[in-house]
Amino acid sequence: MRRVYMDANATTPLLPEVFEAMRPYYTERFGNASSVHSFGQQARGAVEQARSCVATFLHCRPAEIVFTSGGTEGDNLALFGATKPGDHLITTSIEHHAVIHAAERLAQCGREVTFLPVSAEGVVDPDDVRRAIQPNTRLISVMMANNETGAIQPVEEIGAIAAETGVQFHTDAVQAAGKLPLDVAKIGCHLLSISGHKIHAPQGVGVLFVRKDTKIEPLFYGGTHERQRRAGTENLPGIVGLGKAAELARKGVEEGVPEKLAALRDRMEQEILACVGEAGAHSRHVRRVWNTTNLWFDHLEGEALVISLDLKGLAVSGGSACASGASEPSHVLTAMRIAPARAHASLRFSLSKLSTEEDVDFAIEMVPKAVAKLRELSPYYAGRLPVASVS
Amino acid sequence: MSTSETIAVAMSGGVDSSTVAAMLKSEGYNLVGLTLQLWNQRRLAGRPGMPETTEGRCCSLDDVYDARRVAGHLDIPYYVVNQQDRFEQDVVQPFVREYLSGRTPVPCTLCNNHLKFAQLLDMARQIGADRIATGHYARNEYDPTRGRWILKRPVDTSKDQTYFLFGLTQEQLSRTLFPLGTYRKPDVRTIAAEQGLALAQKPDSQEICFIPGGDYKVFLDAYLADRGESIPDTSGELVTTSGEVVGRHSGIHNFTVGQRKGLGLGSSDVAAASPLYVLGINGADRQVVVGSGEELMLKSLQANRLNWISISHLEGELRVQVKIRHRHEPAWATLSMSAPDEVTAIFDQPQRAVTPGQAAVFYDGDEVIGGGWIL
Repeated sequence: MRRVYMDANATTPLLPEVFEAMRPYYTERFGNASSVHSFGQQARGAVEQARSCVATFLHCRPAEIVFTSGGTEGDNLALFGATKPGDHLITTSIEHHAVIHAAERLAQCGREVTFLPVSAEGVVDPDDVRRAIQPNTRLISVMMANNETGAIQPVEEIGAIAAETGVQFHTDAVQAAGKLPLDVAKIGCHLLSISGHKIHAPQGVGVLFVRKDTKIEPLFYGGTHERQRRAGTENLPGIVGLGKAAELARKGVEEGVPEKLAALRDRMEQEILACVGEAGAHSRHVRRVWNTTNLWFDHLEGEALVISLDLKGLAVSGGSACASGASEPSHVLTAMRIAPARAHASLRFSLSKLSTEEDVDFAIEMVPKAVAKLRELSPYYAGRLPVASVS
Repeated sequence: MSTSETIAVAMSGGVDSSTVAAMLKSEGYNLVGLTLQLWNQRRLAGRPGMPETTEGRCCSLDDVYDARRVAGHLDIPYYVVNQQDRFEQDVVQPFVREYLSGRTPVPCTLCNNHLKFAQLLDMARQIGADRIATGHYARNEYDPTRGRWILKRPVDTSKDQTYFLFGLTQEQLSRTLFPLGTYRKPDVRTIAAEQGLALAQKPDSQEICFIPGGDYKVFLDAYLADRGESIPDTSGELVTTSGEVVGRHSGIHNFTVGQRKGLGLGSSDVAAASPLYVLGINGADRQVVVGSGEELMLKSLQANRLNWISISHLEGELRVQVKIRHRHEPAWATLSMSAPDEVTAIFDQPQRAVTPGQAAVFYDGDEVIGGGWIL
């Protein structure tokens, strides 16, 4: 059976070039980057080479790069590391759980936390950020692009507010990396997290950018790795892979991959919505990262649609997965004040640079059929106008 | 042999439903494994009296992992379907309401009626499976002469689950397979082992799935506290059948018909004469009626909210065997309609502790005739 993957915001496959770059570091170049001998030196060289690549990707200095185990660790290191009891933290209600749940924990640990609302299109208002600042505000954490809707947040405006008020600014750029140009100076952030596996590097590696002179307390205690900001032997093959992937992602952005993806995404969105009535795209009227569309189809259960499509070979995602793998109502759509029935009937399609015209054709063929079938069975849909006929 | 029919298997992560999946897979069906996520065991964890950990409970992550592993082993697609809101609304809240009004509920039947054979069948149809298979011990077959689907007790009567299945409609039965109905439990474990299922020796689940430890009073407290409520004051009088007040009680939800312990009458004169039992609960007056073991024996019962399986409706009188709780030896009775949607069963021999809120299920030998809820 043909299988088409449209869940790049969940994870992406390794690119062959990334895999080839990593391969020797599993076997012959296996050293511990902290060792004195030649094996260690070779590993150290590879880690620092990757650090340079990532620094170029983010437009920062290599010394400002801290390798982590992924986006979640980067977000936790930023939030826990940059605040102390008594501090105030401003974040939003549409962050990834890595930020929201960390912030909730911080609220139990003596920090004051403000969760800002978003517009109906899922965007934070910088004026809300400004108004939330109080004398003890230490950190603002606002994501660069939302993982569920793709909505791009006004991080540069927020960076300017942070600079003006002397508050530190963290942005979770996990879903922006590889899709938008990343320039930490332009964003004006002190801390920025990215994750390897969203940009075709392996799972289990990520980066936290920590601007020079920004002090953070480590999460882990141990050796002096990463300038005492992250103890633990470096994930050598993962870091090498992330360095390579960052280099390719930067080239891709420069060479117009996002525009190509935008055309694919837009065609898919338009053609699906043209075939299916009583449907739409969330955050369609704001700037979105070019790979993501979150479509709602009234009068059906999103869970049934995700399963039906998967059984037909199309992998998309609905809501966010809870521990068991069951889907939970999306906190992002809830924050956008989308009615629960519509939030339950929303599916995220996310493309990667490996997505093809044929993949999109497949989705355009499968989705309207599956929607029509589910609506036929839906008691809520009975007696309504028939959906546009699908061949 | 191969067939193109797709069947959805309800997989709980236990040995029974896992074995069903393995059996149907080897018969050549296209299978889709589904687990209903019904209750978040972590939700009440750590509240007074509730366990901190949630291992080994139904709907626990361990069970989902087990089911997922079986699906992987059998190479079938597998999905967890979130039905937590439905379960809370259709099973947990009625369960709480019933206890608070002095009745003794049967949540497993409500779950079968509202979740397993409603939502699951619905999801199955939506994803292209017309029929579901479950690990229940029951038999189910179409009788062309009567033109009806018949639910029957399983070969392994010690595992009989038909008491909890009396609410199934003809449409639901026509779309459901109970492959274990002709097997004995030890044989099921043997088949599981032969099929290479790692959980062949996993212990059976016994308790009500959302009540770890089985103490429903602790659950009521924890659940209501989680919703920012507390148990309403339903304390009141202990009275005899002649209306004499013999003491006070702490709240009607602490009692169930037939209960002897916890009446707080240990030293009183009334208790000294003969042991006292709860005979009934009068929710409106918050009274718990107590009396002797003899008074606990009832000659008849009424039940409503009926569902008929082997017959389309009841006319005149019918000789049946009635089961009034899960572990009850069915008792002979004569059944007749006493009001629209209400039957009266008159027992040949008085039965002990007929309990409002429990189900009365009517049998003709192995066949389930139908059932209702005891008034």
